[in-house]
Amino acid sequence: MTRRRLWQRFVAHLDPVLLASLGLLLLVSLVVLYSASGGNWFRVLAQMTNILVACAALWIVANMPLHYLMRAAVPVYLLGMVLLIAVAFFGEIAHGARRWLNVGVTTIQPSELMRIAVPLMMAWYFEKHEAMLTLKNYFVATLLLLLPVALIARQPDLGTAILIAASGFYVLFLAGISWRVMLSFLVILMASMPFAWSTLHDYQRHRIMMLLDPAQDALGRGYHTIQAIIAVGSGGIFGKGYLNGTQTHLDFLPERTTDFIFAVYSEEFGLIGNLILLSLYLFVIARGFVITANASTYFTRLMAGSITLTFFTYAFVNMGMVSGILPVVGVPLPLISYGGTSMVTLLLGFGMLMSIHTHKKLVQT
Amino acid sequence: MKRHIEFKDTQREIHNFRLRLGLSLGFVLLLLLILLARFVYLQVIQQSHYQTLAENNRISIVPIAPSRGLILDRNGVVLAHNYSAYTLEITLNKVIDLKATIDELAKIVDIQPGDRKRFKRLLADNRKFESLPIRNRLTDNEVARFSAQRYRFPGVEIKARLFREYPYHEQISHLVGYIGRINESEIAQLEEDEMAANYRGSDYIGKTGIEQKYEGELHGKTGFQQVEVDAGGREVRVLSRTPPVSGNNLVLTIDAKLQGIAEQAFGNYRGALVAIDPSNGEVLAFVSKPGYDPNLFIDGIDEQSWNELNNSPDVPLNNRALRGQYSPGSTIKPFMALAGLHYNKRAPGHTISDPGYFSLPGSRHQYRDWKKGGHGSVDLFKSIVVSCDTYYYGLATELGIDNIFSFFSEFGFGKKTGIDLEGEVSGLMPSQEWKQKRHKQKWYAGDTVSVGIGQGYNLVTPLQLAYATAILANDGIAYRPHLLKEVQSSRTSEKSTLKTNLEFNLKLNAEHLALVKSAMVAVTQPGGTAAMAGAGAPYAFAGKTGTAQVIGMKQGEKYIESKIQERYRDHAWFMAFAPSDQPKIALAVLVENGGHGSSTAAPIARKVLDYFILGKVPQPLLTVDEAEGVEND
Repeated sequence: MTRRRLWQRFVAHLDPVLLASLGLLLLVSLVVLYSASGGNWFRVLAQMTNILVACAALWIVANMPLHYLMRAAVPVYLLGMVLLIAVAFFGEIAHGARRWLNVGVTTIQPSELMRIAVPLMMAWYFEKHEAMLTLKNYFVATLLLLLPVALIARQPDLGTAILIAASGFYVLFLAGISWRVMLSFLVILMASMPFAWSTLHDYQRHRIMMLLDPAQDALGRGYHTIQAIIAVGSGGIFGKGYLNGTQTHLDFLPERTTDFIFAVYSEEFGLIGNLILLSLYLFVIARGFVITANASTYFTRLMAGSITLTFFTYAFVNMGMVSGILPVVGVPLPLISYGGTSMVTLLLGFGMLMSIHTHKKLVQT
Repeated sequence: MKRHIEFKDTQREIHNFRLRLGLSLGFVLLLLLILLARFVYLQVIQQSHYQTLAENNRISIVPIAPSRGLILDRNGVVLAHNYSAYTLEITLNKVIDLKATIDELAKIVDIQPGDRKRFKRLLADNRKFESLPIRNRLTDNEVARFSAQRYRFPGVEIKARLFREYPYHEQISHLVGYIGRINESEIAQLEEDEMAANYRGSDYIGKTGIEQKYEGELHGKTGFQQVEVDAGGREVRVLSRTPPVSGNNLVLTIDAKLQGIAEQAFGNYRGALVAIDPSNGEVLAFVSKPGYDPNLFIDGIDEQSWNELNNSPDVPLNNRALRGQYSPGSTIKPFMALAGLHYNKRAPGHTISDPGYFSLPGSRHQYRDWKKGGHGSVDLFKSIVVSCDTYYYGLATELGIDNIFSFFSEFGFGKKTGIDLEGEVSGLMPSQEWKQKRHKQKWYAGDTVSVGIGQGYNLVTPLQLAYATAILANDGIAYRPHLLKEVQSSRTSEKSTLKTNLEFNLKLNAEHLALVKSAMVAVTQPGGTAAMAGAGAPYAFAGKTGTAQVIGMKQGEKYIESKIQERYRDHAWFMAFAPSDQPKIALAVLVENGGHGSSTAAPIARKVLDYFILGKVPQPLLTVDEAEGVEND
């Protein structure tokens, strides 16, 4: 009897629908990773560890009442900003970018923290001024977004900067920023393109140029895109079969356990597999929308909406880059790519979604 | 002004929010449809096209390695060049049974156990679809034999590749350095520098010397071609081609002939010689003896040769000119004399009486002069000519270590010269601070006394002493020593000469300089310590001998050269510049275990100066001509 009650308490704040679809995606991750790593069980085990850690984070956040989340917004955001500024001054340089901060025991990448902190802070800000939102509030919220984005873009880490900008934009959009303001933003953005181009680093320009003509750099980065497209295209409708991807297993695919894992999946499982994966993603996103639509407070609505849309953006950008319709910006395929940090960040987000959903229910009953 | 306040209208707000959420969902679905359309395009419409490409990856992108730039001396003599030769290469993933294939190949071409070993190592380092050489430099006969039976060996090909060669072998090896196969850590470094793409197709990278320092200039830009290959991996046709851009040629400041004469002059002695043009810092000769044959390293040195080089007591792999640190001995006396004049501790006419030893006030310890009984009455001029130790014991004590340290530091002692080679060491110019840090001891007056004759803590490299000599020869105006004279662009055959920047001007007193220089000229004339080496020279040159102790002598013990084992004999120094009034060359010579500077080091300097000033070639001299013969074929 007590055991059952314990179990009930354990799962009380988990959303079974979301959990099931996430579980399926994580299962796909392990299956594809085994193939992508060339049958390396250690990789698979390491990913399992990542998943376990991330699930623990999910459970903790899901069980956290919402006012905890709100209270965390400002300190987490400020901490993130301090770390970002510290990176700008004392960060360690690797691969020509200053992204990591050495904190003695380990190196951390503060921009990861900002993926959650920025939308959290913005949602908190809107909630606080919910009673009377004026243009000024939107302006301040935009500033809260642009400051960290600018710092991250200067590191330079364009991929993360764009994704954080997107997550912040979703908050602005859902908070009801007027269409007119959005339109003028768009015009300003277009007008500042030439200026932005001039501030980009050579390798960033290079990547954008390469999108237009991957053959230009057939030995370097263009090589990744060309080989990835060959992998996807040659997969055909039914795929070459599990563990039979020639591109994958003949070493032609780069970064095939991380950013380019979708090429492996697509080569081996074909269009049918892609449809299944898209459906799984769509299912997660749809559930996210349902939770968002039913969220009880302004803050939770904004947060849930931003988390869901950002998750979609990750998936879209990665699949778009692997299939050659977006530039290679270094974004992992959410829940599938190998990697601990992004796994934790993503499942933390879903933990928040579950908390938003279940705590509201408890309040109502 | 009254502000318009929007009161909270929950119903409307939620309606608005849901509207926007709906729009977002539409946006999501639209983008997913675009992705889906892209997948359909790639996987259904274009499927057969990509199928073809992927099938055994039919279209392969083959990098074309650029030809590496040449290294020339200042007169255009080739120091490093490339030649084309055939290699027999195997692509592993196209071969079914590797061992059987190699065994069969061995029946047609000569494959030694060493070749197999090397191939195995290459296999471990490279990916399995890369083509790797099992044999280099095939003879015409072997090429013909293999070509006739090629059908039997799928995955095995003959390729024409460029090989690096250093025609001077042991000579100039320490300067030019060598290239070798790119290793793991170099690959990691290239990836970090975003240069990895440019090295696809390159097997070699500069490892030491000029080859390493100017890797960026020498390597060139890799080209590539898209080729269609058949199932056996052979090229069927070339679809497109972007040609490589050859590396730039480097013209060095070195005079290969001068270098050869210097190396020859050393005979069997170990040591180093650096000669610099004082007016611009161009390094004319850069010798470290013994050398090694850099050609051995290109394709990975075999174990036996490596052990020979690495375990030799002569340490031929050590670049003595750049990295050898020795006590400067009496070669520091001209600089000490300048310091004495500079700090007003000695006037030109001031004489001391030398009883053959020096004692600190209140101490009985005797610092002995090299000449028993002393030099009698000694002024500054004579102190340099006869290399009087007692004079400098006293002078150093009066100057104090702080003044000595700051004056010598300005001449570059204890600092890297900044020459364009990796791995330079800084020598050592001791100071109170240094001793406290290094030995956790305070500086004693006795320490200063030994520093005064270059036998204390101070250490110099031959390069440093040559640099200091050049600064002295050029009246305190310093140019950083450098080896690169000009870069010849491979694309435009345009030459860009390197600007020689003034490093600094010590602004030394002209009278002081004239006095010290005239004393150094007297060193090479009758009565001077290097009179024998200077005998009969039709030009005036300035010099100073030096002896660096290898083992310490106890108080009262006598140094008898014949009784001491060769390896424990003193090192011999000689510094010189010529012509003394308008110096065109300044040099420092170190002869390890050469005994006295006057007997071994100074004659080497004389031969180098005779060639440089008079064009006189000592007899016999075969090495350089022989080497040039190699270069011509």
